[in-house]
Amino acid sequence: MKAIRTRGGLSFRLDVRTAVVVAVLIVAALVASVVLIGTGDFYIPTADVVRTLLGNGDAGQEFIINDLRLPRVLVGLLVGAALGLGGAIFQSISRNPLGSPDILGLGQGSTAGALIMIVLFQGSAVQVAGGALVGGLVTGFAIYVLAWKRGVHGFRFVLVGIGVSAFVTAVNGYLLTKADIVDAARAVVWMTGSLNGRDWEQVWPLLVLCAILVPLVMTYARPLRMLEMGDDVGYALGVPVERTRIVLMGSAVLLTAAATAAAGPVSFVALTAPQLARRLTRSPGPNLLPAMFMGATLLIVADWASQRAFGADQLPVGVVTGVLGGIYLLWLLVIERKAGRI
Amino acid sequence: MLVDSPPEASAETTPAPPKRRAIRSAGLLVSFCVLLLVVVASIAVGAKQMPLDQVWHGLFQDTGTYGDVVVGERLSRTLLGVLVGVALGLAGAVLQALTRNPLADPGLLGINLGASAAVVTAISFFGVTSLSGYVWFAFFGAAVVGAAVYALGGTRNATPIRLALAGTALSAALYGYLQAVMITDNAALNKMRFWTVGSLASAKNETILQVLPFLVIGIVLALGLARPLNAMAMGDDTARALGAHLNRTRALSMAAATLLCGAATAACGPIMFVGLMVPHVVRSFTGPDMRWILPYAAILSPVLLLGADVVGRIVARPAELQVGIITALIGAPVFIFLVRRRRLAQL
Repeated sequence: MKAIRTRGGLSFRLDVRTAVVVAVLIVAALVASVVLIGTGDFYIPTADVVRTLLGNGDAGQEFIINDLRLPRVLVGLLVGAALGLGGAIFQSISRNPLGSPDILGLGQGSTAGALIMIVLFQGSAVQVAGGALVGGLVTGFAIYVLAWKRGVHGFRFVLVGIGVSAFVTAVNGYLLTKADIVDAARAVVWMTGSLNGRDWEQVWPLLVLCAILVPLVMTYARPLRMLEMGDDVGYALGVPVERTRIVLMGSAVLLTAAATAAAGPVSFVALTAPQLARRLTRSPGPNLLPAMFMGATLLIVADWASQRAFGADQLPVGVVTGVLGGIYLLWLLVIERKAGRI
Repeated sequence: MLVDSPPEASAETTPAPPKRRAIRSAGLLVSFCVLLLVVVASIAVGAKQMPLDQVWHGLFQDTGTYGDVVVGERLSRTLLGVLVGVALGLAGAVLQALTRNPLADPGLLGINLGASAAVVTAISFFGVTSLSGYVWFAFFGAAVVGAAVYALGGTRNATPIRLALAGTALSAALYGYLQAVMITDNAALNKMRFWTVGSLASAKNETILQVLPFLVIGIVLALGLARPLNAMAMGDDTARALGAHLNRTRALSMAAATLLCGAATAACGPIMFVGLMVPHVVRSFTGPDMRWILPYAAILSPVLLLGADVVGRIVARPAELQVGIITALIGAPVFIFLVRRRRLAQL
């Protein structure tokens, strides 16, 4: 931690370690993206990828990269970032490392919206994405309203989320049993979370949303950090407690729902990214920026791993994040046990 | 764990005065009568309604008429419902006490997903197609994952957090596997989507006999754990000072929960939420004494499960909704209502 003073009498704090971690994560995400763009049925050397991205490639590679692979990678980066940031906000507000959107039922809500479009209306990809977005937002709103009782309390919030999640899961199970097998297969692929066949149509809405919400969230990072000490301390420190919570929770729900609409409920990124980021920065508080970049890096690396390990487009990225997330948690368990912390 | 608990919570730990004990015993009796009513309803209600005298005839003067056969079929289904209900309620209560976590349920320790992963393996790689074939796989999967969670959780010095973390971690990895298989194998998906919602509809006497020994051992074990679990609720140090065997209690609790959930899941698929919700409801009027929680949970869980099964038969007649769907659709709003209305009694 370092204080930096300017001549004009302004000063701000700079956490050197956090800054380094963020920089490293950005570089890692970019490198992974370039490698991922080169990976596929038609291999493109890294140097060619970079040259084409800078606008000097030949026509064939330009088509493959700019029209097919770049949008997929951008969707991956944005979805990962949105999930990481949304997860960090939820874990901080619920004060529970398990209070991530997947466990609170936001992913289930999006799934219900998407399943309704797939099973009942045989909808197009755009309609499915719309259904997922609406489903996620309605679920987030429902959890908030149901958990509201003179303010939203962290533990009640998680419990209500689990209740809503169970309810929506039952609806999803019912929809799946009512579907014919073609629709059911499509639904299961969607429910796993996949980046296959994503194009510029998915990139723009996500990009606009992130461009609006990320700065908004960052302005509330400081109050959020103070809220972690409890509502009473927050009030005493002059934090507008309920407004902070409403703005942040609304943003997190929007981010998560939009990410889920674009790529399906990719499991575990929202749960693990904030935890990993916290371990790297070793700093308390919500770690919003590191969590965001960690999410983007994780998703891109997982997508690359799924393509390398199983061949292009065989298994969607959600399978890899699930398995990797599980292995990570197990590793965490062993390490923490050796260190005697849990 | 729960922040807004009023100070009088500690009053619950003093021994119950005789009057309160009488009330609780009476409540137990009333619950049992409700269970009997639900059992009769479960035999009488369905795609074909049975008048009560026909139910009586089928149960006690079985002469093989059409009605008697229907009653016989429904009797197996009801019996399985009662057994599974008891198992899920007891397992939930034991797990919540063991992990000192009000959110603990069979899902948390990975038992559901262990069973699901084993069943999907059986369907996809071993070509098993019948329910009685799944049962052993499901039970095996649940047992292996239960043992693995206990081993990873630190066997001799397992703590609640470690057990929960190990369960979550294994569940996540198994869920990835489950989805990978379902995506690549349409036949497996077609079976699994019906199995995973949880249903009593295909109950057969054969299935009941397969899981019965495990259920009985599990039930006896769980009921016998009331006192040690009461001691454990006071914290490890106090429990040790009171003469409780921490490691033995934890190992036995895990064994009981695994037997109960494994057998229940094997018989009718993963039924969510009964094990989570019923102990919460029970605790809100019995207080934290496991000697009351366990019997109440054992009686009220089958009431919920069978009640949900009956409702599922009525709402979509002549087809029916799977019981796993109804328990969540009824249970979740009740659960949210309870979460909102009052503090959830502390563990």
